[in-house]
Amino acid sequence: MTDKEKNTPEDGARKPKLPPGMVPRSPKMPPGIASKTAAAKTPASAASASKTTSASSGRTKPGTAKPPGKRPGLPPSKKMPPAGGDGATSELKYTRADFSSDQDVRWCPGCGDYAVLATTQRLMPELGVRPEDTVFISGIGCSSRFPYYMNTYGMHSIHGRAPAFATGLKASRPDLDVWVITGDGDALSIGGNHLIHLMRRNVNLQILLFNNQIYGLTKGQYSPTSEVGKVTKSTPFGSVDHPFNPSAVVLGADATFVARTMDRDPKHMKSILMQAHAHTGTGFVEVYQNCNIFNDGAFFEYTEKTSKAERTIFIETGKPLVYENGTKGLRLNGLEMESLDLESGNYSVDDCLVYDDASRDLAGVMSRLFWKENMPQPFGVFYREERDTYDQLLHDQVSDVLKKRGPGSIEDLLHSGDTWTIE
Amino acid sequence: MTSKSVESRSEATVLFAGDSGDGMQLTGTQFTMATAHAMNDLATLPDFPAEIRAPIGTTYGVSGFQLKFGSTNIRTPGDEVDLLVAMNPAALKVNVDRVRVGGTILVNSNAFDKRNFELAKMDSNPLSDGSLDKYVVIQIELTRLTREALADSKLNQKEIDRSKNMFALGLALWMYSRPVQPAMDWIKKKFAKQPDIRDANLHLLNKGIHYGETTDAFAFQIEIEPAKLPTGKYRAIQGIEALAMGLVAAGQKSGLGIFYGSYPITPASDLLHALSRYKNYDVMTMQTEDEIAAIGTAIGASFGGKIGVTGTSGPGLALKTEGLGLALMLELPLVVVHVMRGGPSTGLPTKTEQSDLLQALYSRNGDSPLPILAASTAGDCFETAYEACRIAVKYMTPVIVLADGFLANGAEPWLIPNPDDLADFDVQFARKKNGVIDGKEVYLPYKRDEKTLSRPWAIPGTTGLTHRIGGLEKEHETGNVSYDGENHQLMTDIRHDKVQRVNQEVKPLEIFGDQSGDVLLVGWGSTRGSIEAAVARTRNAGHKVGAVHLRYVSPLPLDLPEIAGKFKKLIVPELNNGQLVKLLRAEYLLPFEPFCKVKGQPFRASEIEDKILEEIG
Repeated sequence: MTDKEKNTPEDGARKPKLPPGMVPRSPKMPPGIASKTAAAKTPASAASASKTTSASSGRTKPGTAKPPGKRPGLPPSKKMPPAGGDGATSELKYTRADFSSDQDVRWCPGCGDYAVLATTQRLMPELGVRPEDTVFISGIGCSSRFPYYMNTYGMHSIHGRAPAFATGLKASRPDLDVWVITGDGDALSIGGNHLIHLMRRNVNLQILLFNNQIYGLTKGQYSPTSEVGKVTKSTPFGSVDHPFNPSAVVLGADATFVARTMDRDPKHMKSILMQAHAHTGTGFVEVYQNCNIFNDGAFFEYTEKTSKAERTIFIETGKPLVYENGTKGLRLNGLEMESLDLESGNYSVDDCLVYDDASRDLAGVMSRLFWKENMPQPFGVFYREERDTYDQLLHDQVSDVLKKRGPGSIEDLLHSGDTWTIE
Repeated sequence: MTSKSVESRSEATVLFAGDSGDGMQLTGTQFTMATAHAMNDLATLPDFPAEIRAPIGTTYGVSGFQLKFGSTNIRTPGDEVDLLVAMNPAALKVNVDRVRVGGTILVNSNAFDKRNFELAKMDSNPLSDGSLDKYVVIQIELTRLTREALADSKLNQKEIDRSKNMFALGLALWMYSRPVQPAMDWIKKKFAKQPDIRDANLHLLNKGIHYGETTDAFAFQIEIEPAKLPTGKYRAIQGIEALAMGLVAAGQKSGLGIFYGSYPITPASDLLHALSRYKNYDVMTMQTEDEIAAIGTAIGASFGGKIGVTGTSGPGLALKTEGLGLALMLELPLVVVHVMRGGPSTGLPTKTEQSDLLQALYSRNGDSPLPILAASTAGDCFETAYEACRIAVKYMTPVIVLADGFLANGAEPWLIPNPDDLADFDVQFARKKNGVIDGKEVYLPYKRDEKTLSRPWAIPGTTGLTHRIGGLEKEHETGNVSYDGENHQLMTDIRHDKVQRVNQEVKPLEIFGDQSGDVLLVGWGSTRGSIEAAVARTRNAGHKVGAVHLRYVSPLPLDLPEIAGKFKKLIVPELNNGQLVKLLRAEYLLPFEPFCKVKGQPFRASEIEDKILEEIG
């Protein structure tokens, strides 16, 4: 989309021009008649040019699929053929502008989504990917408008199902760099099923879950991550639903990369997104995102200066779990975390647990530091595991079958099985 | 081979029936293959319960396989049965009414005991109470003979008893002078790694043949001349296999390949099974977590440049409707193969019906037209699936293919088509910017092809053509989100007209039978055989009757009113409560009359014949 979004109601009704060959519809004409006359003017004739697919090149052919551990290949020579237009650069020198579409961003002023968009747009040039090899796929909700604002390929799909669309795309086009954008309602309510299956399959893509603990686009109902007692339009006496803990949900589904970040710390967010992208497999990132209209301040205790140090802990592999400017730390007591006062003289940083994101058990403990009054909320990469990706395994299997049986033809297909001849 | 006399017949109908664990489907399939090798024309009707191993001996656990074959054109699996093979009292009870007066009933008399009468809720023994007097009843101690034949086998008692269908198969093959080699080859291949089972089955097959040759119960063999089918190379084909092959052929011919996302559901699962074996034919299959993900993955693959296909049955289509709506808004190619079954809700999963036509047309929110094709015979499934892919890509639209359980499971001899005769299927992805806005070259993802109103297909990876698509209304040409009323009117009209333009691809309707006359039958889908058989019969009786069969139920054909005008009465036979007839009356304002049946079974030709005669009066 290269045009300004002109058709807002404020712009007034513009009379759109008819497509070539289409006659204006008379309201009295029965359906089918208009097109019949139009069709008669342009009789059918198969007039397509030669087939493009086999020559269209950039697609990873079975057998040449990349080995696990590698991102979709970057050499421009392996990519789709350059088409006319804004010339592809071979050096991959892009700026934020190259990844920004010309559409007006329509989130509410002050929405946390702006920060995620800006961070992502700033990040993309550093990833060494081309806009045309990048695809953003979203579901429905405020955050799911995201793809419209990225100058990449994109699909704004249906509620909760973005992981399915993304899986189909990535499975058939492993050469593409695919991102899923979703929200707490989209991913955990209507789309809960697809989310867990995406995790267990470990499709090689990134998924950003914008968690604002509220339904924004439908104007303020409680969401599957809202706290018990939440008073909203649909729960005037308070919600009685127990909320989901997103990172625990995906860990339960055997996710291979689980991380949490927040809208008000772009530096941290960028670092997390970069790591999610570098991960081979599904990179799950939960972003605490403020909805300043319907759930303002939901995460302020973690994001605002006054309480951030006390209420958050930024975790990193190989580093001790300390927070509140080094005055407090965490260590394991049995299977639970306990907070240590490092200023009491009883404990030092050496008593704190050194985090290891390769440990599924630690990730489980970390994900459960959730709405615990006297514990900080963790941010960072909880868990990271190398496991074969679904798209890779699928292509490997096709390659194996091809190797064993050779490529089939229509002739082979039709004549397979028992045949007989009538003369 | 035999000293018994041989009687010649032009056609015959055989029905194998027993418990769902008796192997009746396998017996029927092997009899079918032998019949195909005997070069007869044929049609089959497998009919089985929804339960995998329904309680033994009950009427609702009865599984049947009916087959009609002959030297003439065989259009249906037969109205009346010449030979019923009943493995137990329940199988007899359920199917006896299908046997013609004077027909033969072969029973396993060992199964006719008190216990089985109770299970089948029968008050007396039909073999002795006179209720079968109008049939020729042949009692065979199938269980005892099987046990004796396998006395030296290493198989256990249960395995031995389960093999008795092979004895019955051998006997039936002998009765109708069928070649035994195809069944023997199949057994050798199937049980190559289980020599005990292989040898037992081969032994029993031969015992069945010997029993026919030597026993007094059979005075003669029946012979059926080869059919005068067009010359060429044939294979037996089931509808579901033909659908799979049609899809694969489309993927090959277009060079795009097929991505098939599907969730298991009866009877469409067999399509997933068939396609998942074709991985070396540029076919990728995925068993997804649910029906919604199935269509989602297919649309995702289409976005990437594959032919995205999904398949389902019964309530599965309801779950796919939102995805279908998105696909038609995105204007991406997509094929949904819907194998109809008895409804509503879970309904009758293993029984056939045509009651999802209106759902296919109208289940989506908004004005959301799309092309719908219906396959009419097992062989036609191939062409229809291929055609659906071609239309989906050429018009950038989701297309629904309607089949049904009868069509999917039924088999017929199929003259193998020449791949060169398949319609051209060339694809051109967009490579270049196609418009200018404010003096700048741009890519307009919703700019229309003049002839088809189709939009260009620019796949991710193409430099310079990055764009976003989604379910929100699109601005004409730019594809930007638009809430403008005039634009919405235009886009709604375009989406409608685009589907109507598919009529450019539709061949003129051909009238079967009289070109004008008293009654015109208008059919769609799997009823073709019964309709044409009824037309042939009534014409033989001197009536002026014709029939047309629709492959496209959306868009509806433009030439139907003209044909309808040549007949006095217009009858629409369909296996639902009157769905196509509603569409035809609404579209053409002509007095089409319904003729409906929803009993889980295809029409018998005689039912339609009676209806025609009733209308003529």
